[in-house]
Amino acid sequence: MKNKFELLFTTLGLLSLIGGMFFGVIASLQFVYPGFLESIPFYKTRPLHVSLIVAWIFLSSIGGIYYYLPNYNNIKLHSRFLGILHFSIFLFTGILILICYFLGEFGGREYWEFPPILAIPIFVSWIIFGWNYFKTAFKTASNWPVYMWMWATGIFFFLFTFSEAYLWLLPQFKGNVIKELTLQWKAYGALVGSWNMLVYGTAIFLMEKIKKNSHIGRSKIAFLMYFLGLINLMFGWAHHIYNVPTAMWIRYLAYLVSMSELIILAKIIYNWKKSLTESVKDFNILPYKFLVASDIWILLNLILALLLSVPAINMYTHGTHITVAHAMGSTIGINTMILLASCLFLIDKITKIEYTSSEIKTIKYGYTFLNIFLLIFWVSLIIAGTIKGQDVINNQLSFQEIMTKINPILIVFSISGIGVFLSILAITIYPIKKSLIFLFNK
Amino acid sequence: MSRKTKQIIFFALLSQFLIYSLFVYKSIPINNVGTLSVNSQKGKLIFQKYNCIACHQLYGLGGYMGPDLTNVMNTKGKGKDYVRAFITSGTAKMPNFHIPQEEIELLVSYLEDVSKSGVSPTVDFDINKDGTVTINK
Ligand code: HEC
Ligand code: HEM
Repeated sequence: MKNKFELLFTTLGLLSLIGGMFFGVIASLQFVYPGFLESIPFYKTRPLHVSLIVAWIFLSSIGGIYYYLPNYNNIKLHSRFLGILHFSIFLFTGILILICYFLGEFGGREYWEFPPILAIPIFVSWIIFGWNYFKTAFKTASNWPVYMWMWATGIFFFLFTFSEAYLWLLPQFKGNVIKELTLQWKAYGALVGSWNMLVYGTAIFLMEKIKKNSHIGRSKIAFLMYFLGLINLMFGWAHHIYNVPTAMWIRYLAYLVSMSELIILAKIIYNWKKSLTESVKDFNILPYKFLVASDIWILLNLILALLLSVPAINMYTHGTHITVAHAMGSTIGINTMILLASCLFLIDKITKIEYTSSEIKTIKYGYTFLNIFLLIFWVSLIIAGTIKGQDVINNQLSFQEIMTKINPILIVFSISGIGVFLSILAITIYPIKKSLIFLFNK
Repeated sequence: MSRKTKQIIFFALLSQFLIYSLFVYKSIPINNVGTLSVNSQKGKLIFQKYNCIACHQLYGLGGYMGPDLTNVMNTKGKGKDYVRAFITSGTAKMPNFHIPQEEIELLVSYLEDVSKSGVSPTVDFDINKDGTVTINK
């Protein structure tokens, strides 16, 4: 096997994406058909789904960074050995986590959860990544483009917030449920912010390379947006916990910070027309298509996120499927679109194997259907959440009454979810085939 | 923007963030709201061991297959026996984990302390002009 660990990261990422979606589909069917696939119940399929999806986001963004950083700066990666070590730890820990889930050993926490001991190898692997990144990055010209700042920030804040997420093991924290919950969401909010830094950095990098315009990553506006994103990563998490009894100032500050994202919204709308005419020109470039789609999904999800951050609206939407719409809408519409663009770009560059015209056709169909199904998927979750929010607060219906009412909508959600799964399968199957051929033949 | 300017902005934000984090850690709990007894702390670990949060929420956070459990102990018609019944028999959607009796009591203790800590979902509130809300006690 050729020594191409960047491609290993990317390929394993794509496989995790497929596995993760597979469990998502099962989980959604269990929602509407209780008893479906009892051997892997919902409390296993949900963490399998979420953890494999988180693995996809990290693996594919890390694979990209390992490849882009040295190859587009004409320098050598500080240590390929450490890169391979990083991959091995990731793979090994990942397999252990999956085994734990199947055995019914959970961390029992939201999102990225596994027995706490496994956090140690993950932490070590990020130290290795950080070391390799900074050692390489400091060899380049001193004035970094914005995406190098973003990648550095993502790595740094991952380490910070990942540690923070384990403060609950300390006696000062675990003795109080409010303190513990608040900190967990402070940490997870920023953890998501940290992977967004890796992903958005990748998007700007790709834009620059596809457009062959190195000004994109160095403009003043790019840096202003970066700092605004950073402020949100640091201080904007508290909209998750408006209804947890914490200090008022934490909530007011978060509300204020969230609203600063209106500036980003304004910028996107302002640039819309210009970028639209430009995008028509390059729309046949595959990775570029995905970047354009991510732009549209940024707009939709930003509007939703801004609404959810208004406390008066949050009271209704919190604890409903609107939260799931927000989570999946952005991880699929934004993160996955960008990372698919990156995978297509990177696999092309490394393997140099061309797609046949029917393969390209399949990918393009996958792309169109992905966007259509995702829209249905997202809207159905929003509708289900709106009904629940109103029924809980205005009509004070019981849980069972509400679930019966939204069941038909959740069926639409499930079916469109299968559509999302099949579309992404159509997009990824040939790139995966290409990289497997490359990895095992050369 | 020069490299120096960027570095200054970055480190200024970072130091603000560190100070802010310490303030957040320090400012909770307020009046010891949410304190867990020793048994409840054990109960919390049991709650995590069976991954109840995959289907349930506390303060609206968690999975959405089942109901929010924040106030299951102090809602009219629910309470200890109600909770014990659910845990020991399960439902069509909720598995029966065959949890040993002493673990069930720890879970009950944990959920009791959670119920005392606050209210979720909040249904009684007034909306202010700036989009914030005042929660009626
Ligand atoms: C696979 C999902 C799932 C898991 C895991 C699960 N539950 Fe449930 N639980 C439900 C559902 C769904 C309901 C609502 C009843 C129904 O529709 O069957 C429920 C109802 C309850 C209720 C009654 C709540 C009320 O307000 O009426 C309690 C209490 C409860 N569960 C406790 C627990 C505890 C404690 C655990 C962990 C040991 C747990 N559940 C794990 C799905 C789950
Ligand atoms: C790229 C694809 C996907 C990504 C990135 C993704 C991401 C996520 C994330 C982050 C969550 C946690 C949400 C939360 O708790 O608020 C989640 C939950 C979930 N996802 Fe996905 N998802 C994807 C595809 C799918 C598909 C295709 C389905 C099938 C219908 C699906 C079904 C579910 C279900 C049922 C949940 C649990 C919701 C609950 O807690 O009740 N997902 N997903």
